[in-house]
Amino acid sequence: MIRSEILREIAPILRDQLVVCNIGLPSQELHMIDDNAKNFYMLGTMGLSSSIGLGLALAQDKTVISIDGDGSILTNLGTLPTIANNVADNFILLIVDNGSYGSTGDQPTYAGKKTKLENVAKACGCENVVVCQDKDTGKVLQEAIDSKQMTIIVTKCDSGNIKLPVITMDPVVIRDRFMKAVAS
Amino acid sequence: MSISSKIVDDFVANDVSFITTVPCKQLAGVIDEVEARPEIFHIPSNKEDEGMGLCAGAFMGGKRPAIIMQNTAIGVTINTLATLTQYYRMPLPMLISYRGELREPVACQVEMAVHTKALLNQMNIPTYHFHKEADADELDAILKYTFMCNKPVAILTDASFWGGYGDQ
Repeated sequence: MIRSEILREIAPILRDQLVVCNIGLPSQELHMIDDNAKNFYMLGTMGLSSSIGLGLALAQDKTVISIDGDGSILTNLGTLPTIANNVADNFILLIVDNGSYGSTGDQPTYAGKKTKLENVAKACGCENVVVCQDKDTGKVLQEAIDSKQMTIIVTKCDSGNIKLPVITMDPVVIRDRFMKAVAS
Repeated sequence: MSISSKIVDDFVANDVSFITTVPCKQLAGVIDEVEARPEIFHIPSNKEDEGMGLCAGAFMGGKRPAIIMQNTAIGVTINTLATLTQYYRMPLPMLISYRGELREPVACQVEMAVHTKALLNQMNIPTYHFHKEADADELDAILKYTFMCNKPVAILTDASFWGGYGDQ
């Protein structure tokens, strides 16, 4: 499976949660599959999906899922020790690990070579790190939500993209409707 | 009352309850004070752009955030300020140690000091410069201004403000 197929499969689970979605194709795909007020689309700032999600989880009680990529985690590798040392049991970091920088043309990442992000997360002190295959993402994600424990999921999938348009929503509109969904 | 206590009092009085920090020798006292206050959730960051991401999330979760960092961080965070904090129009007080000004012992710090105000100006970031201790009297108004206009706002605090570098 490629990332868009995973997102399509887990969309019914995501729909009930607050979702912070990574820049580029992941946000465009989620926007196309199931646009709703509980989705915060990143239009820029590669690497910060996990940081925004952690800050949000620490600030309020609702479950927050940050959808990130292996390349974006590598961009902001310092996020993993921060997550490990500031446990928010309403936070799930879902790393879609396709071993490539999808939005820029599928250039290989080091996570697709020697570097294992699940091992990095554990070494940083993250306690609940689950590795799964693409087809099992929904099941693992639901278990993580139900566990009410901070969980890092690394889901292994194929690289590959679908063609779709950029998000043209105004960023302040995205932020405003998301904040209303957070507060509701 | 110490200047660090006064600064953190102003944060607390303005309901700032989520503060991320990247350390600087000049800011050690204020960071200790942030850590000590039960009203504030203190979350150290490994890098300042990461910290701004945390602050963006906390703001959307209903908290008033702030970041405490060195001016060298302006070089690290231009993209985040433009494409996250400013683009989504979020407030962010930035208490910044202004290294490389008068009384600075480390020459390399001057290399970013000469760019600091120019970069902040280029980014249209409202910027205040605390040079004498009495300048901190404006912090309360600066914080109110920040959360009124939903912008990142810089508060540069130089070595003279902090009383120099001890015996150096």
